[in-house]
Amino acid sequence: MSESAHETGGAGPSHRSVEAGVAIVVGVLGLITVYGSLKVGTGWGDEGPKAGFFPFYIGLIIIISSVVNLFQLFATKNDNTAFATWEQIYKVLTVVIPTAIYVAIIPFSGIYVASALLIGIFMVWLGKYKVVVALPTAIAVPIFFFVTFERWFLVPLPKGPIEKLLGF
Amino acid sequence: MFEDIGNLMHGFAVVLQPQNLLLMVVGIVLGVIVGVLPGLGGANGVAILLPLTFSMSPTSAIIMLSCIYWGALFGGAITSILFNIPGEPWSVATTFDGYPMAQQGKAGEALTAAFTSSFVGALFAVIMITLVAPLVASFALRFGPAEIFSVYFLAFCSFVGLSKEPPFKTVASMMIGFALGAVGLDQMTGQLRLTFGSETLIGGFDFLIAVIGLFGIGEILLTMEEGLSFRGKSAKIDLKVVLKTWKELPRYWLLSLRSCLIGCWMGISPAGATPASFMSYGIAKRISKRGAHFGKGEIEGVIAPETAAHAAGTAALLPMLALGVPGSPTAAVLLGGLLIWGLQPGPLLFVEQTEFVWGLIASMYMGNLVGLIVVLTCVPLFAAILRIPFSVIAPIILVLCAIGAYTVHNNTFDVVMMLVFGVVGYFMKKANYPLAPLVLAIVLGDKAEVSLRQALLGSQGNLGVFFSNALVSTVMTLGLIALFWPIIQNGISRVRGALGASRPAQ
Amino acid sequence: MSATSKVLTFGVAACVSGAIALSITPAKAWEPTHPIEIIVPAGTGGGADQMARTMQGIITKHNLSKQPVVVINKAGGAGGEGFLDVKNSKGNDHKLIITLSNLFTTPMATGIPFSWKDMTPVAMMALDEFILWTNAEKPYKTTKDYIDAIKAAPDNSFKMGGTGSKQEDQIITVALQKATGKKMIYIPQAGGGAVAVQLVGNHVDSTVNNPIEAVAHWRAGKLNPLCVFDSKKLDYKEKIAGDKSWNDIPTCKSAGLNIEYLMLRGYFMPPGVSKDAVAYYVDMFKKVRETPEWQKLMSDGAFNTTFMIGDEYTKWVAANEKLHEDLMKEAGFLAPKSN
Repeated sequence: MSESAHETGGAGPSHRSVEAGVAIVVGVLGLITVYGSLKVGTGWGDEGPKAGFFPFYIGLIIIISSVVNLFQLFATKNDNTAFATWEQIYKVLTVVIPTAIYVAIIPFSGIYVASALLIGIFMVWLGKYKVVVALPTAIAVPIFFFVTFERWFLVPLPKGPIEKLLGF
Repeated sequence: MFEDIGNLMHGFAVVLQPQNLLLMVVGIVLGVIVGVLPGLGGANGVAILLPLTFSMSPTSAIIMLSCIYWGALFGGAITSILFNIPGEPWSVATTFDGYPMAQQGKAGEALTAAFTSSFVGALFAVIMITLVAPLVASFALRFGPAEIFSVYFLAFCSFVGLSKEPPFKTVASMMIGFALGAVGLDQMTGQLRLTFGSETLIGGFDFLIAVIGLFGIGEILLTMEEGLSFRGKSAKIDLKVVLKTWKELPRYWLLSLRSCLIGCWMGISPAGATPASFMSYGIAKRISKRGAHFGKGEIEGVIAPETAAHAAGTAALLPMLALGVPGSPTAAVLLGGLLIWGLQPGPLLFVEQTEFVWGLIASMYMGNLVGLIVVLTCVPLFAAILRIPFSVIAPIILVLCAIGAYTVHNNTFDVVMMLVFGVVGYFMKKANYPLAPLVLAIVLGDKAEVSLRQALLGSQGNLGVFFSNALVSTVMTLGLIALFWPIIQNGISRVRGALGASRPAQ
Repeated sequence: MSATSKVLTFGVAACVSGAIALSITPAKAWEPTHPIEIIVPAGTGGGADQMARTMQGIITKHNLSKQPVVVINKAGGAGGEGFLDVKNSKGNDHKLIITLSNLFTTPMATGIPFSWKDMTPVAMMALDEFILWTNAEKPYKTTKDYIDAIKAAPDNSFKMGGTGSKQEDQIITVALQKATGKKMIYIPQAGGGAVAVQLVGNHVDSTVNNPIEAVAHWRAGKLNPLCVFDSKKLDYKEKIAGDKSWNDIPTCKSAGLNIEYLMLRGYFMPPGVSKDAVAYYVDMFKKVRETPEWQKLMSDGAFNTTFMIGDEYTKWVAANEKLHEDLMKEAGFLAPKSN
C-alpha cells in the first residue's frame, strides 16, 4: 500500500521519523498499561491472579517490542524515503478534518443533520458535484437512514434540535 | 434414527408451506439488510422483530427469526469484501483476501465464493446436527475453563507468525490488542482496570469500534492518499460471474471440508465462529501451495474463513437448544424468544418438542438454500455499488461507520474513538504494523484471559490442568505444533535438504 | 399478513400517533410520544434481559402501549454503563432500567459513581430466588450431605460456580463459607446459563443458580436442587421434574444453613421524570402482571411475585441497599477508597 509513497519520494516527512513516532506512541501506550496495572495490583490474590497481572506483562512486552523496533529503525541505514508527499497528506487531511468536525458536532446537532452536511460538503468540495445534485443526495441519505433505523428497526440514534422541532 | 428421518420429513412439510416459505424469504432479506448495515447486528434485527412473531405459531416464528440470522450471516460478508468493514467479528478474516479481490475488480468472484462457502459450511453443520445431535451435545459438556482456554490458545497459535511484517511489530500490535481488550471491568475480580477514573471507559473498547476505525476509516484514508477512486470499479456486474466462479470452486473441496470440520468443532465447543474463522484462515494459509499469496486476494482466503464461520455459527445453535447456552448475542435473543413461547431449551427440548426442533432443523436446510439463491442473484447489484463515485460513497461509508460505532454502546464518545482508531490504523498500516493480530487480540483476548484465569483458579495455580485429560492435552499440543510450525517446517526441509544433498535448506 | 407489512404499518402508526400527540397537546393522562427504551444493565440472555424482553413482547402483543418498546443492553462495567446512562438522562420520560443486584453491588465493588438515589423508583416486578444446586451424579441427596462433605474436606476442595465477581452469587458463597467454616473456590462465569452448564459438565461442584437458569437441567435429571435461600418454600406446586415441584425443595434454613437471599427485579427511571409518566408505567406494569404470559414466566422461573410501588418500594430498596452494604463489607468486597 505504501509503495506509491516511496515512488514519489522526496517531499513530505520522512518515513523514518514517522516510524519512530509510531514506535514511541506504542511505547507510551505500554507505559500507560503498566502504570494502570500497578494501580490494581499485579500479584496473586484470593481470586487467583489479580486484575493487573496480565495487563502488566502485556504492557512490558509492548515497551520491549517498541524499544526493539526503535533500535532496529536506527540500526538500519536511513533510506530517506518519504512517508507521504505533502500533497498526499493534504488529501488525507481533507477527509480527516471534515470527519473530525462531523464527529464533534454529532452530540449537538444529532447524527442526521451532521451526516447531511458531511455528504453535501464532501460531494461539492471534493467531488465537484453541482449543488443541485449534491443537495438531494445529502438530504435523501440521512432520511433513508432515519426511516431504516429509527422507524423500522427502532434503533435510536443521536438527535438534535431540528429533530426535536419535528417532534421526534 | 428412522423415526428422526420421519420427523425431519415432517419438518420439511411444515417448512414448505407457502406461508412459511414467504416468511423465510422475508427473514432472509431483512437479515441481509441487517448484516449490511453496521450497527444493526443480527441481534438487533431478531430482537426487534421478536414481538411481532408472537402472533405466529412457534415454528413459523422461529423459521422467520432463524432466517434473519442466516441472512445476517450472509450479509456480513458483503461489507467486508466491498468496503473492508467487517460488521461481525467472524467476518474480519474474510476482509484479508476478500477486500483485495474486490480492489482487483473481482468483487463478484469474491462475493460468490463467500456466499457459496457460507452455504456449504452451514449445510455441513446442519447435516451433522441431523445425524449426531445427542452425541454432540454431550461433547460440548466436556468443555471446562481449561478446555475452552486451550481452544483459544489454538486459535491464536494457528494465526500468529502469519504476517510478513517484522516480528516485533506483530508482537507489539497483538499486545496492544490485548491491552485494549483488558480495559474496563475485570470479570474475574469485579474490579475496574485501566480506566483511569474515566466513566466512558468502563465499558471497555468494543471490537466493532476498533475494527470500523482501523479497517473502514483507515482504508478510506489510504484510498484518499492514492487519489479519489475505488480500485474495484472494473467489477463485472452480470450473473455469469457466479457460474464462472462455481466452475472453479469444486477444486477447493479439501479446503472446504477442512474448514467445515474446524467450524463444526469450534461451534460445538463454546468458542464459536470467530476463532473458527481465524483458525481456518491461518491453517489454510500454512497448508495451501499459494499460502505466500494470502492477503493479496486469494480466493482460498475467502473460502476458508467463510466456510468455517458458518459451520460454527450453525453448529452453535445445537448447544443452545440442547443446553440453553447461547453462542452469540443473536442466539441469546433467539433463546429469549423460545422462552416466551414456552419452549424450554434444554436436553428435553428434543424429546418434548419434536415438531418444533425438526421444523427448525428443516428450516436450516431450506433457509440456507433460499438465502444462497437470494444473495447470489444480488451479487451484480452489490458489485455495482463499487461503481458509485468515491466522493459520493466515501461520505456515506463514513456516516455508516459513525452509526455503527454509535450503536455499540449508544455513546457518541465511541464515534470519536472510531475516528482515532481510523487515524491510528492509517499510521500503523503505513508503518508496517499488521492490524489483524490487534483485532484478533481485542476480540478474543479478554475471553482467553478469563478462561485461563478460571482454569488456574480452579487448579490453584497448577499449570498441569492444561494437560489433565486427553481432550485438553490434544488441543494444547495442536496449539504448540501450530505455534512452532515454521520451525518444524524448517526442520523438515532441512532433513529433506540433507537427504536430497544439494537442495538448499530453506 | 406478512411481517414486513406489519413492521411498516407499525412504523406508520407510530409516526401518526407521534404527530397527533404533538399537535393536540393531551389534557388527559400522560402518554409516551417516542419509543420507550428499556435499559438492561446486563448481557443478552441473562435473567434481567429475559424479563425485559418478555415484557417487551407482552406489551406489544397486548397493545399496552401506543409506542413501541425497545430493549437495549448496556452491560459494560458490571452494568455501570447502563446505570450511568439512566443517571445522566435527567427528565427523560421514555427511559426505564430493569435492575438486578448490581444496582447495589456495582457501585460498592467498583466505585462507579451511581446509586439508586440518583434514579426514580417505579415498581418492583418480582423477586428472584436462589437455589443451591449440585450435579445429580454426585452422592449428595440433601443439603446436609453436601455441607458435611465440605466440612470434612480441607479448604478450597470445593468449587462454586457463579455469575460475575463480587455480585449476588459470590455474596451467597461467602455466606456459605461462613456457615461451613471452609473456604470454597469461587469461579466466576459471564452468565447464569453458562454457570449451570459448567455444573452439568462437572467442572464445578455446586452453583446458586436462579430457578429459571437451571430448571431445564433439573427436569432432564442432570442437576439436583438441595435447598432454596428463602425464609419459606416456593409457592409453585406443579410437578416439574418427575414427581418433584418447586414446592418440594426445602429451605436452606431448615437444613441448617441460615442464609436468605432474594434479588430485586424492578424498574427505575432517570431522575427528574414527571409523576404522570411514573404513574403511566406503573399502570402498564399492572396490566402486564395480569397477562397469562407473565404468569407463565413467573411460574417457570419460580419467582416470588411481590409487587411494590411508591414509598413501599423506595423503603424496600433502601433497606436492601443497607443489607448489601453489610454483606459486601463483611465479605471484603468494598472498593478501596483511593479509587
